[in-house]
Amino acid sequence: MQVNMDTTVPEKIPFLRDPAKLAILYQLLTVIGVGLLSYYLIHNTLANLERQSISTGFDFLGKEASFEIGEKLMRYSAADSYGRALSIGFLNTLVVAFIGITLTVIFGTVLGIARLSKNWLMARLAAIYIEVFQDIPILLQLFFWYAFFYEILPAPQKALGLMPGVFLCNRGLIFGVPYWHVAHLYAAAAFGLACLLIFFIRTWAAKRQAASGRIFPVMKVAIALFVGLPLLAWWLTGAPATMNVPRLSGFNFKGGVTISPEFTALLLGLVLYTSAFVAEVVRAGIQSVGKGQREAALTIGLKPGQVLNLVILPQALRVIVPPLTSQMLNLTKNSSLAVAIGYPDFVSVAGTTINQTGQAIEGVALIMFVYLAFSLSTSAFMNWYNKKIAIVER
Amino acid sequence: MATMELTKPQKVADAIKPPVTSIGIIGWMRVNLFDGWFNSILSLIVLYLLSMTLPSFIKWAFINSSWFTTSDQCKAGSGACWSVITANIRFITFGFYPHQLQWRPLLAMIILVLLLFFSQNRKHWRKSLAYAWLLGLFSMGLLLKGGLGLEVVDSDNWGGLPLTLLLSVFGLTAAYPIGVMLALGRQSRMPIIKSFSVVYIELIRGVPLISMLFMSSVVFPLFLPEGVTLNKILRAQVAIILFTAAYIAEVVRGGLQGMNKGQYEAAESLGLNYFQAMRLIILPQALKIVIPPSMGILISAFKDTSLVVIIALYDLLKTTQTTLSDPKWMGFSAEAYFFVALVYFVCCYAMSNYSRRLEKELDTGH
Repeated sequence: MQVNMDTTVPEKIPFLRDPAKLAILYQLLTVIGVGLLSYYLIHNTLANLERQSISTGFDFLGKEASFEIGEKLMRYSAADSYGRALSIGFLNTLVVAFIGITLTVIFGTVLGIARLSKNWLMARLAAIYIEVFQDIPILLQLFFWYAFFYEILPAPQKALGLMPGVFLCNRGLIFGVPYWHVAHLYAAAAFGLACLLIFFIRTWAAKRQAASGRIFPVMKVAIALFVGLPLLAWWLTGAPATMNVPRLSGFNFKGGVTISPEFTALLLGLVLYTSAFVAEVVRAGIQSVGKGQREAALTIGLKPGQVLNLVILPQALRVIVPPLTSQMLNLTKNSSLAVAIGYPDFVSVAGTTINQTGQAIEGVALIMFVYLAFSLSTSAFMNWYNKKIAIVER
Repeated sequence: MATMELTKPQKVADAIKPPVTSIGIIGWMRVNLFDGWFNSILSLIVLYLLSMTLPSFIKWAFINSSWFTTSDQCKAGSGACWSVITANIRFITFGFYPHQLQWRPLLAMIILVLLLFFSQNRKHWRKSLAYAWLLGLFSMGLLLKGGLGLEVVDSDNWGGLPLTLLLSVFGLTAAYPIGVMLALGRQSRMPIIKSFSVVYIELIRGVPLISMLFMSSVVFPLFLPEGVTLNKILRAQVAIILFTAAYIAEVVRGGLQGMNKGQYEAAESLGLNYFQAMRLIILPQALKIVIPPSMGILISAFKDTSLVVIIALYDLLKTTQTTLSDPKWMGFSAEAYFFVALVYFVCCYAMSNYSRRLEKELDTGH
């Protein structure tokens, strides 16, 4: 008796029921579909470009731009090339994004903490702020601040004095700065030195604590170094204290630094809008750490500062950082709305370039490429950070 | 009897009232406003700031304001000039839509509001509601566009609030199926389909909407064969759909990942093929999970439609700006923008409140 179990030929699976073969078929169909679509679009585009006699390629970057840019960090004139104009725009985007993100993180964190405050008034006000500013489109807020500068604020003669030396008027935000002196350079160098020193002290203190259990007051020493060293350097090199204070002369201010209404409006809009989202992120992060954690930390005798530093923050940050980065990215992307209020950011300069040269595809591709580079580098950083802080399961 | 009387207290102790400082308004204030020196100082600062700003704001917005006046009377007054809204309300709301036909977009908006209102009750979530929506969307389109006996209105004349609603509601409706397909593609085991989906989603999510709108206004025309033109609104709508789909895909992917693995395995062990498993088992559950985050996308799509201002479509924000560029009404930006902000705020707040409620209701705890 032979039960021929092993040698039975497996039943042949019909083609339409075999997942492996179907997978190949589907993918083939997708490739053909996408290929045909792109062929169709490219064919049309090439025909259209030829008909309108527009040349393709990035040669236009070398041509003379012949438009002025109001705000620039590098030397630029209308005689310079489109390439240079675009890099000015790129730098402007970077500046807005950098300052905006810094201010947003600070203000958003304060708001988020205020939202959880035991003070009823503070918590209510923060909640109202968050709800209102989240629900109004960012573009509308930008238009509002722009109008605020040009319609509501007074002329320089009647400028609002916010603080001594700081003025707000329809020419922008004007404030005093110290005159250039070599002492500032030394102070900056001392600040760098302080950073380096603190890094070494931290490593040393961690090692010593691991070896002997003795705790070194790193935080206090760090603050002392951060403040003390630059001050000392500044004082030793002559302690220059003269300020370049803005003064009204004729119809405008002389001296000081003027930040244009466009830039200030853009920054205000972006910071106030994104802070509302950041506040929610911070609130969720703080609330994610269980009450028991704080109580347990206090029970084993940690001081309130240590509880925050060693127990709450490491856990809250794990929740906060990923959505926080996406908010920073949102701010960077939203900074492209500068085009609507006339601040020359990358999109705005690229838009002008498209209008003048007709190189629409290249221009839009450049815009997309720049923002993609921002977001891809951010997500690369995020992946690195997530790996670094991920909970190590034991 | 006697034991009963023993257990009963002979004399009820006088209840001592809590001190007056820990109950009522004073107690509430002590706990919530003046709890410790830090909170007390904070409260005083906030109260001071409020007392400095609020009265003058109320005076500007309500007491000294003019509501139904001409622009000259407004300029003579010292308060807010809400007349800029009341005098131009029809243009702000409907843009260049022919004056005598403006009942049509109004009716379309009423249909939309009624549909939304009806759909918010989960008891009404049946198949018939989906048909009602299809019918509703169709009739809204018909009312705006004309045809079937109604006078045709060229889409260049569409504007104002109906345009804003059209772009966001149609945008989300059309983007949803694409987003679901992209999400499934991203979760797929087939490498080519997966990589196409990932590239599309990450590409779109990495660029600002404004670049897509630029593309719609300057690059889309190049994609079309000679002689074929798409109007501006449709092109912007396509850009918004392509953009929103990527975000929906990520939300739906969250739902797919949140599903228990056993559901997939159970579906397979029943012998269902991929499409059956998705249609009958996975998607109905996954899409339920992602209803609240989808509301979030609707809210941001609604806010984001305001960006069409930049490619010169006459949405609510643009009609307001056009009104403000009229020399008669120049200089009343604050009032006009306050009004538009209020419209957006009311809509978004209602939606986000509803989504929070829904989240609680749908949370079945597993």
